[in-house]
Amino acid sequence: MTDTLVAPPGPARRTSRSGGPFRLTPTSGVGLGVALVWFSILVLLPLAAVVGAAADGGFDRFWNTLTDAQTFAALRLTVVEALLVTAVNAVIGTIVAWVLVRDQFPGKRILDVVIDIPFALPTIVAGLVLLSLWGPESPMGINIVNTRQGIFLALLFVTLPFVVRTVQPVLIELDADVEEAAASLGASRVTTFRRIILPSLVPAIAAGSSLGFARAISEFGSLVLISGNTPYETEVASLKILKFLEGDNQAGAAAVAVLLLVVAIVTIVILDVISRRVARRG
Amino acid sequence: MADTRQIRARKGPVTYLLRAFVIAYLAVLVIWPLFEVAKQTFAPADVGDEGGVGAFWERLSDPSVTYAFNLTVTVAFWAVVINTLFGVGISLLLVRYQFPGRRILSVLVDLPMSVSPVVVGLALVLAYSTGKGWFGEALASVGFYVIGTTPGLIMATAFVSLPLVIREIVPVLEEIGADAEMAAHSLGANGWQTFRRITLPSIKWAVVYGVVLSMARSLGEFGAVKIVSPGAEFRGETATLLIQNRYTNYEEPTAYAAAFVLVLASVLALVVVSLIRKEDHS
Repeated sequence: MTDTLVAPPGPARRTSRSGGPFRLTPTSGVGLGVALVWFSILVLLPLAAVVGAAADGGFDRFWNTLTDAQTFAALRLTVVEALLVTAVNAVIGTIVAWVLVRDQFPGKRILDVVIDIPFALPTIVAGLVLLSLWGPESPMGINIVNTRQGIFLALLFVTLPFVVRTVQPVLIELDADVEEAAASLGASRVTTFRRIILPSLVPAIAAGSSLGFARAISEFGSLVLISGNTPYETEVASLKILKFLEGDNQAGAAAVAVLLLVVAIVTIVILDVISRRVARRG
Repeated sequence: MADTRQIRARKGPVTYLLRAFVIAYLAVLVIWPLFEVAKQTFAPADVGDEGGVGAFWERLSDPSVTYAFNLTVTVAFWAVVINTLFGVGISLLLVRYQFPGRRILSVLVDLPMSVSPVVVGLALVLAYSTGKGWFGEALASVGFYVIGTTPGLIMATAFVSLPLVIREIVPVLEEIGADAEMAAHSLGANGWQTFRRITLPSIKWAVVYGVVLSMARSLGEFGAVKIVSPGAEFRGETATLLIQNRYTNYEEPTAYAAAFVLVLASVLALVVVSLIRKEDHS
């Protein structure tokens, strides 16, 4: 049950501070060199090119691109939707994790696998999956294409596993003695949850939420078919980048991309801080 | 401990309420839409047409669809090969060796997972496209084109799935420690012998696990590929791009058929991964 079937959405377990016992030999030195060259070609230089393109016209142009009414509306919609989805996930994700850990009922293992499906599905397929129920030919008669509710639903779908998968292991490890003590001292279940259980879950909820937020901000594939891409209405940041690029406006695309990159880096830093604080508390 | 069990197992109305809520939530968000996709996949295209497996198979054997799946498998294969070689090498270097910049590198190799796929595509375009990219002209002068070609698709796919292998191997390497390797080393084994006889057997399952995860991610990559590929029929149209193109082109049966194959592939990956986890734990 503790198994995370898909890539653990948690932050990478960082390598230890001290480093290994070996010094670089000529062979491993060459290996390191080759690895660094490939990593630079694949990741570092292209990302530098994005920052370069955004900085090309100076700060004024960068700022003007982002504050342009249409771009700003897209950015605001992205952030607002991501915040809403994160808030819903923080609550529902915790409830789902709680039920999966503490409750026993037939079919629970199936639900545990279902949690991973949104993560395992290709994003474009995730979009299509949602459209099959909520699309133009919906058996429910509800069409979410080109609505903000549609964007919300798609983001809710793709970020489902984050909070669940970070809270689940913490709930399993939780010491029963403390709960028992609280109960025997006359605390109600609500009090026990609020004063004893919730505080130990908060770091996990925070970590899962920030991962989910980062994912929601940058989501693209599942929104392509659902968001109608109407300016001011249903246009999100990642689709705005595509539109800029198709309109041959590389500087505009790069400006929005830099903003998304900053969000990604800030999330990594926040997660690092949280995981270190938790590690220190032991 | 018996008391604890009782306290934790005490079931009130809240327990059943939460259970019902979680089942309903997951059913509506994930299970029902998946069921609809399966239904659409095997549905007849028009009234009077035949549905079922025959129709599904016919949609998949269309030459443009087989081309798309061929391309997807080729691209995913090479991306996984590159990421596995790079991943094993860089994990060993990060965990076992000391060199300046090791900490920074260990954080940087995790970055690609947090970058929006659209930004990945944009980054590769801004670095390597002829005309717009930093190195485009230089590469074109030696007759090498990245954007719009299969190597470009492989790079985009390798970028987004780069940390998956590393994330699996690093914790295992840290856990087993370097004692056995140092012993082998002091007994006169050379680097290759130590790796093959000592290190590789202990990280074997982590590597397999990382490969399965990378494969699943690579088969389903959409955003980055969307930007670097011409994305036209028989010209760089991967399976995920085909799904988008066909869906927007009102050829929904083909889109659903292709999507269903990818759903099966991801569910298969989930199953394989859970089997490996069991094998690994036993």
